[in-house]
Amino acid sequence: MKSSVITFPGSNCDRDMDVALTKFGFKNKMVWHNDQELPKSDLIVLPGGFSYGDYLRCGSMASKSKIMYSVINFAKSGGLVMGICNGFQILVEAGLVPGVLLRNKYLQFICKNVHVKVDNKENTFFKNLDKKVLEFHIAHNEGNYFCTNDQLKEIEDNNQIAIYYCDQNGNTDDHINPNGSIKNIAGIFNKEKNVLGMMPHPERMIDESLSGEDGSMFFKNLLNNIK
Amino acid sequence: MLVNEKIAIEHGLKSDEYKKICKLLKRTPNITELGIFSAMWNEHCSYKSSRIHLKKLHTKGKKVIQGPGENAGVIDIEDGDAIVFKIESHNHPSFIEPYQGAATGVGGIMRDVFTMGARPIANLNSIHFGSTQNKKTKNLLRGVVHGIGGYGNCIGVPTIAGQTSFDRSYNGNILVNAMTLGLVKKDKIFYSKAAGLNKPVIYVGSKTGRDGIHGASMASASFDEKIEEKKPTVQVGDPFTEKLLLEACLELMSGDSVIAIQDMGAAGLTSSSIEMASKGNLGIEINLNKVPCRETKMTPYEIMLSESQERMLIVLENGKEEIAKKIFDKWNLDFAVIGKTTNTKNIELFFDNKQVANIPVNTLVENSPMYDRKWKKSKLPKKNKINKTIFKSLKIKDTLKKILSSPNVCSKEWIWQQYDHTVMGDTIQKPGGDSGVVRVHKTDKAIAATVDSSATYCWAHPLTGGKQVVCETWRNLISVGAKPIAVTNCLNFGSPEKEENMGEFVECVQGISEACKYLDYPVVSGNVSFYNETKDIGIKPTPTIGGVGLIKDYKKMITMDFKEIDNIVLVIGKTEGHIDQSLLSRIILNENNGPPPEVNLFNEKNNGLTLLNLIEKNFIKSAHDVSLGGIITAISKMCIKGNKGIQIKNPKFLINEIEYFFSEDQGRYLIEINPKDLKKVSEILDKNSVHYDEIGKIIDKEMIIDQKTKLTIDELKSYNTNWLKSYMV
Repeated sequence: MKSSVITFPGSNCDRDMDVALTKFGFKNKMVWHNDQELPKSDLIVLPGGFSYGDYLRCGSMASKSKIMYSVINFAKSGGLVMGICNGFQILVEAGLVPGVLLRNKYLQFICKNVHVKVDNKENTFFKNLDKKVLEFHIAHNEGNYFCTNDQLKEIEDNNQIAIYYCDQNGNTDDHINPNGSIKNIAGIFNKEKNVLGMMPHPERMIDESLSGEDGSMFFKNLLNNIK
Repeated sequence: MLVNEKIAIEHGLKSDEYKKICKLLKRTPNITELGIFSAMWNEHCSYKSSRIHLKKLHTKGKKVIQGPGENAGVIDIEDGDAIVFKIESHNHPSFIEPYQGAATGVGGIMRDVFTMGARPIANLNSIHFGSTQNKKTKNLLRGVVHGIGGYGNCIGVPTIAGQTSFDRSYNGNILVNAMTLGLVKKDKIFYSKAAGLNKPVIYVGSKTGRDGIHGASMASASFDEKIEEKKPTVQVGDPFTEKLLLEACLELMSGDSVIAIQDMGAAGLTSSSIEMASKGNLGIEINLNKVPCRETKMTPYEIMLSESQERMLIVLENGKEEIAKKIFDKWNLDFAVIGKTTNTKNIELFFDNKQVANIPVNTLVENSPMYDRKWKKSKLPKKNKINKTIFKSLKIKDTLKKILSSPNVCSKEWIWQQYDHTVMGDTIQKPGGDSGVVRVHKTDKAIAATVDSSATYCWAHPLTGGKQVVCETWRNLISVGAKPIAVTNCLNFGSPEKEENMGEFVECVQGISEACKYLDYPVVSGNVSFYNETKDIGIKPTPTIGGVGLIKDYKKMITMDFKEIDNIVLVIGKTEGHIDQSLLSRIILNENNGPPPEVNLFNEKNNGLTLLNLIEKNFIKSAHDVSLGGIITAISKMCIKGNKGIQIKNPKFLINEIEYFFSEDQGRYLIEINPKDLKKVSEILDKNSVHYDEIGKIIDKEMIIDQKTKLTIDELKSYNTNWLKSYMV
């Protein structure tokens, strides 16, 4: 399976994502933001970081990069696109997934392990996943997901919420919400569910020596689903 | 503008220093030249009060590739890999403007490391604030933490460890010391020594603005009531540009275009160009009209003294300009050929086709002032005679509660959760342990790093304190299973013009040197920050040591959390009951006098190396060094982290219980072993003449000290974790 990771000026999880994808069997290519064409890919990943320094608004300038025209076309023709952290912010700015990402509720950068509940397995990203609650890792300043009531209704009606922040038993109480996201939303799909944006970093959870191994499960499963 | 003595003094130069300049030049300098002299001859850049003593530091060792004198130190970690690291202060700017001061401190130290061709792989910091009662403390702490995070998080280098302390002596002068480690191939290290004639000198990175002019001079003076006016001397950081600069420089350095490279840190273009020329024994000619400027009508004086961030100066091989330019264009960074190397051994500056400065490089460097300042030797204070009945009146539980929730012991999670400590995907020990540990990417090796200081001990007796800090970092590294290799030091002191402060400096340096030599743990880099003083009140002497060690097989790394019920816990090293200068003495008994605990270098080395041997043989399940707050504080942390309890054995020792649990004798560790290994472990300890006590057995969720004294792990946790969070609300 072929994957491509886009490097924007200021991306800083591009290498980590490359390591993770390669480790679980993807043939990965790094793509420069200023390129026009995407290599032939089964999966495009927009990695975490601070593209363009997060100046103006997080993800805003990167969403207008040259390569993003191809990414948007790829997504619209049904191709799998995944945005992690800053990548999620770019997807939101590019209009590929609904909503916006505001500054964290307590106005602080948060770096820690969190649990997320996978609700919707009718999609390529989470289909056949053994676990319902995964331990992932977050590291962000602007992960506070927000959308209008109308949007929220539409998102819920279409089953677009991918993952929720929860406790280790899967309870999505308000007090375990790390950043103030509406409905504890940690990740969201487009309507067609071929585009996933999420704040947590599965690529930091791919080894028992690191923060945990639930990322390994996610990537292995993803590869099998694409095959 | 004509220069005279008065203007020189306004530039922070002394009257006789100005006379020396005129004598060296055989004429009166013009204003640009005066600015250059003042920037090169201030304490921060010239080390004029410290040089004579720094020479005494122990700096040599088998693993040292580059000792002090370069942008950073370099050590060998085998297989062709090397670690580049250094610590640096950004104290003065951080007090004036905490966010930018701290942020640019982090940016500056990272540039020092990637200037040498190394990719930064870990950041650490040691930050010190005034009393928690002081009304400025909270805002300064918040600003500094945001600044460190704001910069480091954006670059994508994990912040893996640190130290935070509070003490009244920092009320008017906080300390912000930032440390970076980078990884490089041994044969791809770059230095700042220029070589060859007529080689192009290029400027890359951000444009030059009027920010930070005289920053280094500001950092070479004490504060007074006009401190607010100094805000314009603080630089403004742009981590995004630094990230681009990092990638562009590493891309350029992967080829063969670069002869020498130097970041523009303190004193900007002035010190970087002079440094390169001086090391290469060459001259440099610069056309200042070619320097990319952010503002219009900047004068040569301003261009030379600006401390705008994220800039580099590079001497290229002839004909490589196009290759280099292409790389910097790709990363959207300014690139300009601004001069060339010459054989004049002078720094010659041109502006609007006129020569605006012409100074022999050696007058700025070799002939810079060096002072052997007067200093006062300090005596070892007499031991306090503590009335033992006081101990009987203390309840262990209450005392432990106070210590665990005291500002200097409590959990610093509120701080380090704001730092990205997992980016780069190699952090295998996060902040909150004895050392931070990162894997060497794609190998089985890992690097452990720690940063520490003990101002109270240094204040009580600088010589002992200096030794103690080195040993503390040594223990922190051993506790995670790393072989200590080398250190970097950041020497924060008051005014060197006062005999007491100078004495503290001289004796701390002596202590550091003695310990480093004995432990074969050399100093490879560092910096000195004097004049941490406001309205004549100086800080406690605070030498900060950053230690670096190697774990050959990262799977053998040790953490401090208790692992398994029924395992046995031993205290390595002898507990004599030294209470003076301990946390118990200061915050419970309100007694600030007396000597710090004695440092026995033989025991430090022997205990540490024996423990490493036990780790190597896989006997150690968890380990933690005993420091502030003594044995019981250390055990509490192991319980909290492991979410397990301990049944403490009735101690069979001669000293009082309180002394046993809270004393701060040095050279001690707590270790967890499996009961089946007890015999073998005690044999090894005995064979190496290492003293040990068996202190207890791991149980579930409760710390049982005696029949009457029991604490649940949740209690311990709440004492330890709540203080800082509620303070910062």
